[in-house]
Amino acid sequence: MQSLTNRSKVVVNKKMSFMEKIYLPEIAKGMMITLRHLFKKKVTIKYPEQKRPVAPVWRGWHVLKRDELGRENCTACGLCAVACPAEAITMTAAERKPGEENLFREEKYAAVYEINMLRCIFCGLCEEACPKEAIFLTDRNVPVDLLRDDFIFGKDKLLEGVQPEKRIDISVRARAHRQIEN
Amino acid sequence: MEYSELIFKIIFVIAVFAVSLLIAMYSTYAERKIAAFMQDRIGPDRAGPFGILQPLADGVKMFMKEEIIPSHADKVLFILGPSLMMLTACMTGVVIPWGNSLIINGQEYIMQITDVNIGILYIFAVVSIGVYGIMIGGWASNNKYSLLGAIRATSQMISYELAMGMAIISLVMMTGTLSLREIVLQQPGAHWNVFYQPLGFLIFLVCAFAETNRTPFDLPECETELVGGYHTEYSSMKLGFYLFAEYINMFISSAVIATLYFGGFNMPFVAGLGLSHNTLAVLGVVFFFAKIFFFIFFFMWVRWTIPRFRYDQLMNLGWKVMIPLSIVNLLLTGLVLLWRNGLFHF
Ligand code: SF4
Ligand code: SF4
Repeated sequence: MQSLTNRSKVVVNKKMSFMEKIYLPEIAKGMMITLRHLFKKKVTIKYPEQKRPVAPVWRGWHVLKRDELGRENCTACGLCAVACPAEAITMTAAERKPGEENLFREEKYAAVYEINMLRCIFCGLCEEACPKEAIFLTDRNVPVDLLRDDFIFGKDKLLEGVQPEKRIDISVRARAHRQIEN
Repeated sequence: MEYSELIFKIIFVIAVFAVSLLIAMYSTYAERKIAAFMQDRIGPDRAGPFGILQPLADGVKMFMKEEIIPSHADKVLFILGPSLMMLTACMTGVVIPWGNSLIINGQEYIMQITDVNIGILYIFAVVSIGVYGIMIGGWASNNKYSLLGAIRATSQMISYELAMGMAIISLVMMTGTLSLREIVLQQPGAHWNVFYQPLGFLIFLVCAFAETNRTPFDLPECETELVGGYHTEYSSMKLGFYLFAEYINMFISSAVIATLYFGGFNMPFVAGLGLSHNTLAVLGVVFFFAKIFFFIFFFMWVRWTIPRFRYDQLMNLGWKVMIPLSIVNLLLTGLVLLWRNGLFHF
C-alpha cells in the first residue's frame, strides 16, 4: 500500500539491540523530539476569540429568513424535515389569523420550528429542499453550550430579526456557489 | 535554643511548608502547560492571564465536588490513607538544607529546619511510610482496581528502594556523612557529586521516578488497566490530597537530587566575586531552587515523552538491571576509596 506521508514506519517484532535494551539512548532521542515541540508553533485556535478560517462554501448555523417586508418565509410545508438525512428538523404548523399578514408571508406558518444541532450534519439538504427560500445555512459557528437540551434550536435562535441590522447575511455562500457554477 | 533562634525556626518552618504547597500547586499548572506545549497546544489559559489562576480554580473545584465514601469501604482507613500520604509528603522537607546560613546581628541562622545527622535515613524512612498511605487507601476502598493499584505501588516501591538505597550507600561511603547539610558543604563551587558518582546518580534518578510514581513507572495509577489505580474510589479533596501529595513528592525528590548530586545551594563561579555572606546565602537559595525547578521540569519532560513500562518490564528493570548495577557501583566506589587511601596496591 502506498503511504500518504513518507514518515510511516513498518513495525517489525525484532529483538532489541543492546543500545535499545538499555533504553537511555532511545529515551534521550525521544526527549529531544519533545523538546523541539516545546518551541514549535502552536496549532491551537482560541475559539471563540479566534475562528478557524473556513471556505466560502462552508455551512454552519441555520437561519430562517424573512422577506423584504419582514414576514417569515417559512410555510411549514415540512419538505426540509423530509429531506433531512439526520432527521434533525421538527415543526408544528399553525394557521395565519387575520391581522397577522405582516408577520407571515403564507397562510400557514411554523409555530414551532426546531433543529437539533447535535443531530444535524450540516449537509445543506434542507436548504435545497425548501421551496420558499426560507432556510439557509450560514457561515456562523454553532455556539458552545453545556446541556444537550440547549442544542435544540427553536425559532428564537434560528429566525432572523426584522430590522435591517438584525438580518443575517447569506450572500457569501451564494456568491461562492455562483462562482463555482460559472 | 535561644529565643531569636526559635522565632527564626518557626518562621522558617511555616515558610518551607507554604513554599512546598505553593510549588506543588503550581506544578500542576506547569505540568499541564508543559504537556500542552509538547503536544503543540497552549494549555489552560482562561483563568487569569495565561491561566495563572488555574490551580486555584482546580482547588475550588476539588472542594466543591461531592464527598463520597463508599458504603462498603472501611471508613477510618479510607480517611487515613490520603491523610498519611499528605503528612509524609510534607514531612520530608524538614531535613533539606534550603540554603547556607544567614548572619543577622552577629548570630548565625542555618537555613534548614533541622540538621539531623542521619538526614538521608530520615528521608528514606518518611518516604517509605508514604507507601502505607497508598496501600491503606487501596485496601480500604474495597475495590479490586484500587487494591491492585496499591499492590503494584507497594511492590514497585520496595523493589526500587533497594537500588536507590545502594546508590545512596555509595554516595555516603564517598562523603562519609549522613547529614544532608554536610554533604552539601562538601560540594563547594562545581565539585558536585554527580561528577564523582555518575552511575549512582543515574540509578538514583531512575529510582526517584519509580518512587514518585511518575511515568514511565506510573503503573499504580495506570488508567488503561486499573481505572484510576489506588485512588479509584476517592473523590473530592481526598482525591485532591493524593494528587497533591504526588506533586509535593516530586518537589521533594527534585530537592533531594539537587542536594545529593548537584551541590544543593552551592553555585559555581561566585567564589571569586567577594560577595558578603548573606548575599551569597540568598543567591544560594535562588540557585538551589533553580536546580529544583529544572528537575521538576525534567520529571514532566520525561512524563510527556515516554510511555509507561509493562509490569514485567518494570520488575525486570528493577531487579535484573538496577540492583546489579547499583552493586557494581558500590563495589567500584569501594575499590576507588581503598585505592585512594593507599590500602590497595596493584
Ligand atoms: S443541514 Fe442537513 S442535517 Fe442539518 S438540518 Fe438541514 S438537512 Fe438536516
Ligand atoms: S423551511 Fe422551507 S422546506 Fe422547511 S418547512 Fe419552511 S418552507 Fe417548508
